[in-house]
Amino acid sequence: MDAVPRALELNDIVAKYPSGEPRALLHLLQDIQTAQGYLSREAIGAAAQHLGVTETRAFQIATFYKAFHLRPRGRQTLRICTGTSCHIRGAMVLADEVHKTLGAGPGETTADGAFSIELVNCVGACALAPVLLVDGEMLGNVHPGTVARRLKRAGEAP
Amino acid sequence: MKLTSIDMLAQRREALVQRAAALAHEVRVCAGTACVAAGAGKLSDAIQREAAAKGLVLAVDGDAPDAEATVRLVNTGCQGLCQAGPLVRVLPQDAFYCGVRPKQAARLVSEALQNNAVIADWCAVSPQGQRYATRAEVPFYRHQQAIALEGCGAVAPESLDDYIAHGGFAALVRALEMPPEDIVQTVEDAGLRGRGGGGFSTGRKWRIAASASASERYVICNGDEGDPGAFMDCAIMEGDPFRIIEGMAIAARAIGAQQGFIYVRHEYPKAVARLDKTIVACRKAGLLGAGILGAGFDFDVEIARGGGAFVCGESTALMRSIEGQVGEPRANYIRSVQEGLYGQPTVLNNVETFACVPAIIERGAAWFAATGTPGSSGTKAFCLVGKVAHTGLIEVPMGTTLRQVIFDIGGGVLDGRPFKAVQTGGPSGGCLGEAQLDLPVDFDALTAAGSMMGSGGMIVMDDRTCMVDVAHYYLSFLQSESCGRCVPCREGVAQLCHLLDTMRRGTAKPGDLDRAIRLAQDIAQASLCSLGKSAPNPFLSAVTHFRAEFEAHINDRTCSAGVCRDLTVFAIDAQACTGCGLCAPACPADAIAGAPKQVHAIDAQKCTGCGACRTVCRDDAVRALPRNLPCN
Repeated sequence: MDAVPRALELNDIVAKYPSGEPRALLHLLQDIQTAQGYLSREAIGAAAQHLGVTETRAFQIATFYKAFHLRPRGRQTLRICTGTSCHIRGAMVLADEVHKTLGAGPGETTADGAFSIELVNCVGACALAPVLLVDGEMLGNVHPGTVARRLKRAGEAP
Repeated sequence: MKLTSIDMLAQRREALVQRAAALAHEVRVCAGTACVAAGAGKLSDAIQREAAAKGLVLAVDGDAPDAEATVRLVNTGCQGLCQAGPLVRVLPQDAFYCGVRPKQAARLVSEALQNNAVIADWCAVSPQGQRYATRAEVPFYRHQQAIALEGCGAVAPESLDDYIAHGGFAALVRALEMPPEDIVQTVEDAGLRGRGGGGFSTGRKWRIAASASASERYVICNGDEGDPGAFMDCAIMEGDPFRIIEGMAIAARAIGAQQGFIYVRHEYPKAVARLDKTIVACRKAGLLGAGILGAGFDFDVEIARGGGAFVCGESTALMRSIEGQVGEPRANYIRSVQEGLYGQPTVLNNVETFACVPAIIERGAAWFAATGTPGSSGTKAFCLVGKVAHTGLIEVPMGTTLRQVIFDIGGGVLDGRPFKAVQTGGPSGGCLGEAQLDLPVDFDALTAAGSMMGSGGMIVMDDRTCMVDVAHYYLSFLQSESCGRCVPCREGVAQLCHLLDTMRRGTAKPGDLDRAIRLAQDIAQASLCSLGKSAPNPFLSAVTHFRAEFEAHINDRTCSAGVCRDLTVFAIDAQACTGCGLCAPACPADAIAGAPKQVHAIDAQKCTGCGACRTVCRDDAVRALPRNLPCN
C-alpha cells in the first residue's frame, strides 16, 4: 500500500474514536494494527494526538503489549506455539528447524518478506502438539524432519 | 424479536422445544480448534451436501427448521476428545464417532440418519476389543461430570434460540425473581470458588462488592487465559458464549452493577468474534441493555481485547488494561473488589466461574455442593495434555484423584511410556510426581502438595521429559512476561532462569542448586503481585520431587531424560533396531544412514541432539547417552 491511501486509512480509523478520550488508546492501536499490520511512527503519533495523550504514553502501550509490532510484517505470519504441551513435544527443536529452513528466527521477517516468525504461548490445540500456524491455518503434529516440506506447501497455498 | 417480559421468554422456549421435538435426529459435529484443524469444517459441508443429494432436509445450527426437516446438524464447540477429531455425536442414540472423514459423510447420512442405525465399525473400541455403542460408555467420558462445560459441545454456539431451547436464561429469570441478597447467599452456600486458580469464595467476593458504598459497580469476566497448555476458557467462550453472558448478568443483578466487561486474550480472535455476535444478539433480544425482560434491570457488556500480556490475567493489571493503561499490577493492600475498575467496586471472575453460576441458581446451592469435596464443591474443567494417550478437554467432580484423571480418563501415558510427573497450575503451579498421584483434585490438597489447582492446565510428563528443562521453560516464560515493575520479579526471575539454563548446558557449578533455591524463596517473599510471588513454584516443586535430577545435571552433567542437548548424544542400539526406516527421514540433519531392514546408525558428527529419531522409533532402539561418554 503506498503512503497516501495508508494515511487516509489511518485518518478513518482514528476518526472512529471520540477525540480526547485516553481510555480508547489500546483499542485504537489494536484497530490500526489490524488494518495496517503494524504500528508506524505516524500511526502512533496520530493516535496520541487524537486522544490527547503524549506520544511517549502511546509508545509505552505499543511496546508493553506483545500484540503490537513496530515494523512492517511479512506477507504471511508463521506462529510457532510454545505452550507447555508443544514444548515437551519438541517445539523448540521445531523453532530451530524453522530458523534453519527460512533463515529467520523468532521476531524476524524473512529476507524475501514472505514470513514473519513469532513464538506464541499456547494456541489451544495441545492435542496436535507441536503446532505451527501459517496465517491462522493450523499445522499439527509437525516434526523437525518434515517442517521444511510442510512450510513449502503452506507457502504455495493461495 | 425483542423479549419484553419473562413470559415471552417462556413462550419462546416452549415453541423452540416443540419444534425441536419434531426432529428425528441431531448430529453434533465438533467445531473446536483441534477438530477444525483435523477437517471438521469439510466434514460438516460434506454432510450437508450428502443430505441434500439424498433428499434429507437439515436444519443447520440454530436455524428454524423447515416443515420437512427431520435432522438438525449442529457445529458445536469443543466436545472434549481433541486427540481423535473430527468428532461426531448422533442423538438420540448417543452414538459417538471419532476421526470421521468427509468421504464418510455419505454413509453417515444413509445409515445413521436415514436408517437410524449405529455404525458399529466406527465406534470406539477398548483395548480388549469391546465396542462402545454410546458416548456415555466411552471411558474418556464415563468418569466425567459436566457443569461448566454442559453446553459446550451441545449447543449451537452462535444461536440464541438454541441456547434458550436448552434452558438458557432460565437461571437469569430466577435471579430476577430473587432479592439480590439471596443470589449472593445461594452462590456462597454452593461453595463456588474462583475457577481461575485463586480459589477465593465467589459468594464472599460478590458480598463485599455488593456492600461497598458506591454509585457504580462493575462485573468483569476474565478471559485472558494465558497459562500455556490451558484452553478451557477458550472452549467455553467459543462453544457456549451465551452462558457466560447469563452468568455475568446474574452477578450484576446480585451486586447491583450495570456494566460488564469481558477481557479476552489477544490470541483468541475466534472467541472475540463469537462473543461480539453473542452480545449483539442479546441486545437485540432484550437480554442485555436497558430494562432486561421488562424486570427493571439494566445491564450491558463490552468486550475488551487483551494485548498479549500474561500479567494482565492478574486482576489489578487487567483492570488497568481495560482503562487503556499499561497492564502493571498494583500492590494489593487495596482490594480491587472494593476499589477496582475506575476506582469502583468490581467483581472479577473467571470464565469457568461464570459458566457455573447459571446452574447453581437454577438447581440450587445444595445440588452444587453435593458434588465435590467439603472444601471444594462442584466440578473443575481441565485440559489434559502433554504426554497422555487421550488429550482433551475434560470436567471432573472435585475430589477425583490425579490418577483417575490421567489413567481412567486420559488412558495413561502416551505410547505406554512410564509416568514421571504431572504439572498443574501453569507457570504459577508445580509438578507432582508418582507418589502424589492419589491426591484429589481439590484447591487445598494441591496447594498443600506444593502445586496448585490453577486455571486447569494438566500436563502429563513421561520419562523423556526433563524436569530441569521444564523448570527452565516456565521461568523463561515468566521472565519474558514479567511486567518489570518490581525488582524481585524482574531481576530475580531472570537470574533464576539463568541458573537453570547453566544446569541445562552443563556449566552449572556445585552450590548453584542451593543458590537457586535461596533466590527462589526471596522472589516468592518480596514480589509485588501474584505473578512474581508464585513464579518460583514450578522450580521449587520440581526440586522437591526430583532433586536427584537437578543434582545429576550439575554434578555429573547428565540428563537422564535425554532432552538437554548439550548433555546428550543419541545412538542406535544395534540389538533393538529392526531397520524399519522411520528414523532417517525424521532426522532434520541427515545424520542417520542405513539400508532398509538393516541396522541404522547415527553420525555423531552430524547429530544435533534434537531427539526427533527417538520420538518416531517404535522399537525403542534410539538411546540417549551422556555426551561425555564415548559414543558406541
